[in-house]
Amino acid sequence: MLLGRTLRTAALVTATAVITFTSGAAFAQKKYDTGASDTEIKIGNIMPYSGPASAYGIIGKTEEAYFKMINDKGGINGRKISFVTYDDGYSPPKAVEQVRKLVESDEILAVFNPLGTPSNSAIQKYLNAKKIPQLFVATGATKWNDPKNFPWTIGWQPSYQSEAQIYAKWLLKEKPDAKIAILYQNDDFGKDYLKGTKDGLGAKASSMIIMEESYEVSEPSIDGHIVKIKAANPDVLLIYATPKFAAQTIKKTAELSWKPLQILTNVSISVGSVMKPAGFEASQGVLSAAYAKDSTDPQWANDPGMKRWNEFVDKYMAGADKSDTSMVYGYGAASTLAKVLEMSGDDLTRVNLMKQAASLKDFAPDTLLPGVKINTNATDFAPISQLQMQRFKGEKWELFGEIISGDVASE
Amino acid sequence: MSAAEDVVTEAPAVEAVPKRAMTLGTGTSLLVLAALLIMPVFVKNFIIFQMTMLLIYGLAVLALNILTGGSGQFSLGQSAFYAVGAYTTAVLMEHFNVNYALTLPIAGVVCFAFGFLFGQPALRLSGVYLALATFALATAMPQLLKLNFLEHWTGGVQGLVVTKPDAPFGLPMSQDMWLYYFTLVVVIAIYIFSVNLLRSRSGRAFMAIRDNEIAASAMGVDVALYKTLAFGVSAAVTGVAGSLGAIAVQFVAPDSYTITLAISLFLGMVVGGVGWLPGSIVGAAFIIFVPNLAEGISKGLSGAVFGVLLFLVIYLVPHGARQVAILGQQFAGKLRKN
Repeated sequence: MLLGRTLRTAALVTATAVITFTSGAAFAQKKYDTGASDTEIKIGNIMPYSGPASAYGIIGKTEEAYFKMINDKGGINGRKISFVTYDDGYSPPKAVEQVRKLVESDEILAVFNPLGTPSNSAIQKYLNAKKIPQLFVATGATKWNDPKNFPWTIGWQPSYQSEAQIYAKWLLKEKPDAKIAILYQNDDFGKDYLKGTKDGLGAKASSMIIMEESYEVSEPSIDGHIVKIKAANPDVLLIYATPKFAAQTIKKTAELSWKPLQILTNVSISVGSVMKPAGFEASQGVLSAAYAKDSTDPQWANDPGMKRWNEFVDKYMAGADKSDTSMVYGYGAASTLAKVLEMSGDDLTRVNLMKQAASLKDFAPDTLLPGVKINTNATDFAPISQLQMQRFKGEKWELFGEIISGDVASE
Repeated sequence: MSAAEDVVTEAPAVEAVPKRAMTLGTGTSLLVLAALLIMPVFVKNFIIFQMTMLLIYGLAVLALNILTGGSGQFSLGQSAFYAVGAYTTAVLMEHFNVNYALTLPIAGVVCFAFGFLFGQPALRLSGVYLALATFALATAMPQLLKLNFLEHWTGGVQGLVVTKPDAPFGLPMSQDMWLYYFTLVVVIAIYIFSVNLLRSRSGRAFMAIRDNEIAASAMGVDVALYKTLAFGVSAAVTGVAGSLGAIAVQFVAPDSYTITLAISLFLGMVVGGVGWLPGSIVGAAFIIFVPNLAEGISKGLSGAVFGVLLFLVIYLVPHGARQVAILGQQFAGKLRKN
């Protein structure tokens, strides 16, 4: 096992060396930027540990624990990871303050997995001006895949638009004469899905989509919208809603004894907080897509990747709630960074780090679905862009079909 | 002691502060000014940025102090005025290419009008009811900024990125240092204006209303006018603080200006000492640095640690920094006698 990993690393190092050799860079030479040395690599992060989005704070804690595990195993290429994470309370001004502290006071090598679209928008310009990598941001907006204007910012998870395109592709293939109604949340999240769906349907968008209905996050219930949609009599309902509203939608359609084909955003696929409150009976046959393994799904009980994840959680995050998807997410993101640092070898400059982050080839973290692979290149800064369709059956999701790709470039 | 008792006995909600006690002595003022002037030469850009934010929040707390300490009206809606100021600057700079310095007075005027107009209906309310009305304003503001028909200007949920100005005339200064001195000049100008305002006829009218509204009107003070005026001035100063904040942070988004900001400013005022203008800076320091300190003690329990620290401050020095300053003065006086 250990030998295998060493061999793989060696092969990789050789491969990278061969590539860089032609450009004249000698690999044996150690090169460092601020934040890296012979013994340590300093990585910065901001997370909402307090405030309205504090539920996501567990991602930061998972990453911290992951790097502790890496350090216990001897670090990466002999260097320990020092992970400095601060609370931004999901407030953009605080995010700017904390990131400046990371860069100018803690002197980190790169910022990794900062969470939230507003916080990342606030720090993007500063980090790009300072030429500091903003690696694998934790948001699903499409704008992070923009290497031309922001060469120091790279995303991680599939963007909302690519996911919507996947649904559109699937519909074009399986149900080309569908009459589609779209229910979406009236903000950047919902609008990204709307745009992705229309782009994916292409020329057929105007004939297939018979209704677009939006709701506000502040509305207590969206029953009225569902009744209105039903009156238009579509046979496909796309539900681009956050968990609470998604559960209401599924429940209400069942109450109206209306059975359209329902497709649900990946954001709201939690069995515990959406499908169960909506009612398992009402949820049968709902479709969605996924890119990561569900930690509560028994089909992964013997999966080597999830076994490693379980061992990690038992040892480094004892007592944590294993059904929290944030821990699967943090583990996947942290292992991607570990991979990039490993690939960077002894050339721990910011330029090289960004270059390595943009040359991931078929990398598959333990927690991603079999077949979903991370690929990046100089013009593709969207690491994960594959998902697999799944159908709700019984009390869990069942994957079906092939892995579908939905790359979307930011305009 | 409780707020409920205050309402029942109809005693003024804010303790009367004599106007002379609202400021620092000349010697101390000059000392503080000198420290603020030379400090940036010795520290890193990040510290300069934090000091700039300190001045900006200090200005916003000062604005609330004029309203509450001066005219005795409560507001939990300062974040709304701060947001309007910030967005005015961001929209003018990014969509109309207006010079950043020019956007400050414009933001001030816009916010004055906004505050004055809001002051009209708010006149009928007092004490906790006024606090609730302003609270509603603060909660509504982030959603208003996300509205569809404003999205073209405000950028909706995505917000707007603001370009940071370079030092003019080719001065050999970093952007941060220039912005610090620029902010310092604006803050000092507004501080002097506020001190003079409170010492003027209008200031006396504010305080008369604060201490006893009926007596004030009996003396011929136009209560309605001065109450709305206090709201307008406070909103204008908050708006200028918001503009400076937008330039310093280089980004505006609805999530930056939630009710949390309004409560922070209120907290800053109480910790600094209600009605004591120099305390505004101390209050601002509390709301900027103490959460960082709390986070350093415990990441998971940062909120609880912050609460404990706040409780300690309120318990030990209920009148905030002003009390500490007075104690210090008495102590110095005793030393001198010996």
